[in-house]
Amino acid sequence: MSKRLLLCLLLLIAAPLGARAQDGFEALAARLGGNFNQQAEAVERLGALGDPRAIPLLQALGDTRLLRLADGGVAVQDGPAPPEGAQVLRINNRVRAAIRGALGRLQLVSPDPGERRRAADAILRNRSADDIPLLEAALAREAVPAIRARMELALGGARLAASDPAAKRAGIAALGTSADPEARSLLLAARAANAELLAEIEAAVAAIDRRLALRRAAETVFQGLSLGSVLLLAALGLAVTFGVMGVINMAHGEFVMLGAYATVLVQEACRGVPALEPWSLPLALPAAFVLTAALGAAMERGLIRHLYGRPLETLLLTFGVGMILQQVVRLLFGAQNREVLSPAWMTGVLVLPGGVQVTQNRAWIIVFSLLVLLATLAAIRLTRFGLEMRAVVQNRRIAATMGIRTGRVDAMTFAFGSGIAGLAGVALSQIDNVSPNLGTGYIIDSFMVVVFGGVGSLAGTLIGAMTLGLVNKLLEPHAGAVLAKVAVLVGIMLFIQRRPKGLFALKGRAADQ
Amino acid sequence: MTLATRRALLGTALAVPFIRPSFAQAAPIRVGVLHSLSGTMAISETALRDTVLMMVEWQNSRGGLLGRRLEPVVVDPASNWPLFAEKARELLQVSRVDVTFGCWTSVSRKSVLPVFEELNGLLFYPVQYEGEEESRNIFYTGAAPNQQAIPAVEYLLSADGGDARRVALLGTDYVYPRTTNRILRGFLASKGIQGADVMEEYTPFGHSDWQGIVARVKRFASEGKKTAIVSTINGDANVPFYRELGNQGIKAEDIPSVAFSVGEEELAGIDTRPLVGHLAAWNYFMSVQSPANTEFLNMWRAYIRNPRRVTNDPMEATLIGFKMWAQAVTQARTTAVDPVRTALYGQKVAAPSGYEVEMHRNHHLSKPVMIGEVQADGQFNIVYRTPTAIPAENWSPFIPENANRRR
Amino acid sequence: MRDTPGLPVERPRPARAQLLFWVGIAALALLPLLNALPEGHPLHASDFLVSVIGKWICYAMLALALDLAWGYAGILSLGHGAFFALGGYAMGMHLMRLIGPRGVYGHPVLPDFMVFLGYERLPWYWLGFEHFPFALLMALAVPGLLGFVVGYLAFRSRITGVYLSILTQALTYALMLAFFRNDMGFGGNNGFTDFKELLGMPLGTGTARALLFYAALVSLALVFLLCVKLTRTKFGRVLTAIRDAEARTRFLGYDTLRHKLFVFTLSAMIAGLAGALYVPIVGIINPSEFSPGNSIEAVVWVAFGGRGTLVGAVLGAFSVNALKTWLTTLAPDLWLIVLGALFVLVPLLLPKGLIGLRRPRA
Repeated sequence: MSKRLLLCLLLLIAAPLGARAQDGFEALAARLGGNFNQQAEAVERLGALGDPRAIPLLQALGDTRLLRLADGGVAVQDGPAPPEGAQVLRINNRVRAAIRGALGRLQLVSPDPGERRRAADAILRNRSADDIPLLEAALAREAVPAIRARMELALGGARLAASDPAAKRAGIAALGTSADPEARSLLLAARAANAELLAEIEAAVAAIDRRLALRRAAETVFQGLSLGSVLLLAALGLAVTFGVMGVINMAHGEFVMLGAYATVLVQEACRGVPALEPWSLPLALPAAFVLTAALGAAMERGLIRHLYGRPLETLLLTFGVGMILQQVVRLLFGAQNREVLSPAWMTGVLVLPGGVQVTQNRAWIIVFSLLVLLATLAAIRLTRFGLEMRAVVQNRRIAATMGIRTGRVDAMTFAFGSGIAGLAGVALSQIDNVSPNLGTGYIIDSFMVVVFGGVGSLAGTLIGAMTLGLVNKLLEPHAGAVLAKVAVLVGIMLFIQRRPKGLFALKGRAADQ
Repeated sequence: MTLATRRALLGTALAVPFIRPSFAQAAPIRVGVLHSLSGTMAISETALRDTVLMMVEWQNSRGGLLGRRLEPVVVDPASNWPLFAEKARELLQVSRVDVTFGCWTSVSRKSVLPVFEELNGLLFYPVQYEGEEESRNIFYTGAAPNQQAIPAVEYLLSADGGDARRVALLGTDYVYPRTTNRILRGFLASKGIQGADVMEEYTPFGHSDWQGIVARVKRFASEGKKTAIVSTINGDANVPFYRELGNQGIKAEDIPSVAFSVGEEELAGIDTRPLVGHLAAWNYFMSVQSPANTEFLNMWRAYIRNPRRVTNDPMEATLIGFKMWAQAVTQARTTAVDPVRTALYGQKVAAPSGYEVEMHRNHHLSKPVMIGEVQADGQFNIVYRTPTAIPAENWSPFIPENANRRR
Repeated sequence: MRDTPGLPVERPRPARAQLLFWVGIAALALLPLLNALPEGHPLHASDFLVSVIGKWICYAMLALALDLAWGYAGILSLGHGAFFALGGYAMGMHLMRLIGPRGVYGHPVLPDFMVFLGYERLPWYWLGFEHFPFALLMALAVPGLLGFVVGYLAFRSRITGVYLSILTQALTYALMLAFFRNDMGFGGNNGFTDFKELLGMPLGTGTARALLFYAALVSLALVFLLCVKLTRTKFGRVLTAIRDAEARTRFLGYDTLRHKLFVFTLSAMIAGLAGALYVPIVGIINPSEFSPGNSIEAVVWVAFGGRGTLVGAVLGAFSVNALKTWLTTLAPDLWLIVLGALFVLVPLLLPKGLIGLRRPRA
């Protein structure tokens, strides 16, 4: 390994740290091993130098893979641990910002379109007129329209920083055509220094704000749908156990929590197996479903079965089960949060048409919640089990006389609802703490969703969850997170008072039970 | 079951202490441990329980104190504040403990404070808090606001910290963030940052949906001035907050955030790769290089036997408190509260932070302030530290009412 | 939901069950006297015991309130903790006002938390709480009014059974979130603590503890008497009829709405009284008293002791809390499992609760 490291040594002779302004690449590179101030300065000058050899060095510095060797030189680390005598170079945010700007300059002509795009965005943040010729040259060669747009924006930003008023006007106009918060920020920052251009700047900011307003409305809707999908996932299992069977399962939240822990276990089992590692999350789905479904079946057969017709006693019993599950998990796994890694395809921002930015993990959870809903619907409508389940719900005795083993159907229904809770746990592990308390935060909201939507109606659960999510997010900016939630709860209480059976009331025999 | 839990069970649940012959003649010194082992605070407090038990074991391996063995009395106040008061009374009156290490939240401390004052007990409180308190029966080994919040914000305003001129104060809605933010507003105003340049937002405990607030911070940051986040978000709510920060692509070099309640333990539950560069301010980090810290880490690893478990600032504060108490008992030649209290003033300990910390007559420590950047491995890289330990100002000069406070 | 069958229509021999209660009360009345004995005396009862049992007495009152609504009228509220906490807050506000200039900042009117949160003056809803009678009235009236409004809305639209339970649970949850907000002016998460005096008597002394203990004990006895009398009247019979077959009772011409509303409001007021006594005894009130788990626990006390018997509720509150106090010290890591197992086993094995143990099963 250390031989490969030697091959990788890019350069190293210790140059005196106080070198002159015309330092070459070597001297500047050596200075990356200095203190934060020296680092930042060296990084900036490496960016200005335009030597592509700096790119791997700067990238390594940003990823804390750059080493200061015993002889004072620097080298890129190759391998898991730094060799004897070498020290990993640490940086701070100032150096990090300098690296991004320098890499932007160096990669503007990179063959990789992704790098060119990132480079343009980085240059926009540089706020330096020195970048104008660089950007003009890059624009002349750029063919991809999306990247051209980013470069033009960056050019606008650079021109705004120029001293020539005409260039400034051009810059303001370019920035004003965008819908980019960074452009808005640049314009506002320039306001104080450019009193004579105030009118133009204000107009450009107003134009950006108009575009941003629409986008923000779309983003608020997305946030509402995302919260709604989380509620939907948490409530779907209840919609089955409570809505269909009438069992109040206070341990439902703990089943969700177990689903999240199943995710942790599967992820740990996959660790070190490169083929499986990115897929640990999908693999956790069946594991979580089977685990919680089995537990649910056991609980139904062992305990709840004895209390049918006594829903309130069931409530106490399941509350006790929840307490036990929580403490057992705490003893087995510790009270601390467990780390769940997000696969690469679930991190970062997804840009929808119109520039609407949504977070990947939440977008996936919305899709996932709808898939689970569809699967639940299919299971109830299309399978033999679903048919028997509906029959038992409608009339237990007649179903029994028709040869349906009602006890088995009960167990399977409860297992099914619990399994869905487990699936919800897998999804929640991506946005919330994986700790023994995970489930407690969702149980009341889930009950409210089911009651609001109408007990026994999956469509009601969907509409109910999404409505609650949206209303919550629409109220939040005005009332704050807590009051929004309180208002929603009070709203539901009043609504139920008007329509005790919820949005979608069951009709017919089943409704009388 | 983790080893620590199993030990705790053996040590406490069965309550069959193994009595060594050398201690047999004297009654043991009883050390109360008042940390939540269940409920919402268990996530933070169980590690402190483990730390106290480790220190008791360590002290016993060195021959106990005054020739007597130490015996821990662990109770579970279950994150239930009235139960804290009840358990405090039980420890003092029924178990007759000589000293208690406990509490995390301010409300739990406020709940037990009247009990400790009434019964003249001795409590060591190891967590950073909002100040505005000074009980003769409590020794505060965590940071006061001037030992954490103000230096951290000062750093954000400096060139190295990113030259912030606009600050978003995000916190959990309870007294520590409220008071700290009030102090910070006063401090920021003294630096010319006020009015529309400060945003303050509070969320409930365990808040898990941060989409809206993070989006609002992004908008707040697009006003043309360099913006930073100061987070007093508590415990559980941090994981979803940082996930949202990472997912919405807020990089530390654009909007740095500094947190006062996020340590190694909290980071253990997060994928920290998208968070590299965000900051935390404490008086200790696990990554500190010092002989005392090496000793602490070795002791902890040997005790807990779980490579995943980390150390953090409140654990260090627990260790400092324990060592100071042991020194004071040795010096006073008794465990009686009044002489031990007097002996505690001026007591010095070489802390794992690498500094010598001292207990002052205001019942607070002088402590160094360190600022760490989150690293990809969940540890902190220390980017700034004060040259010396700073004495605590538990009555903040930035709260005007402190001028006419009763002494 | 269908009406809940399975409870005894005939009452368990009341005389003997009640005797148990009064013997218990008499025994507890001795406790502060034992506390006055010098330490080291074999019969000495510690201060800890006095304050812990004082706390249980308040819980027993809450259990009585629940049993009246659930055991007799079939209204299972999972939000009774809210009424309890509201009563507690009313008393807490009074105690805070009595601190006066003895606070840390020496402000003559404002409590400490208001001073350091920068309040200029007392919010309007704090006015009047410096008077004990007003505070006591509020401790009864606020929970009573809330109970009345919630009950009216719910019973009028015939929300019963588990729906009502979920609704009341949401109520206490919403109140908890609201009280956690510091902007509400109730001290946020910290709530109220470090009280100094009540009715001119400094708290934290042996006398105060004994007097508070007796106040709670007498209140418990009076509430118990009230409940016994009430359930023996015709009104009480109608309640039982509503519990067992609400629709049928309605068809027989009884105004079930009024009956339920009355008993629910009364129950809320009893819970408020219990809360008001609880706060000076434990010395702290804060929003976690509203947490839904607390309310469910109270239901468990009643179920454990035996619902619909009044004595059972008191017995349940004492035994579960005694177990909890004992286990949180004896087995700090395992007590939740033991308690949870208890909750599981009681509905299965003891459907009539502890009190049902006394009689051989039919």
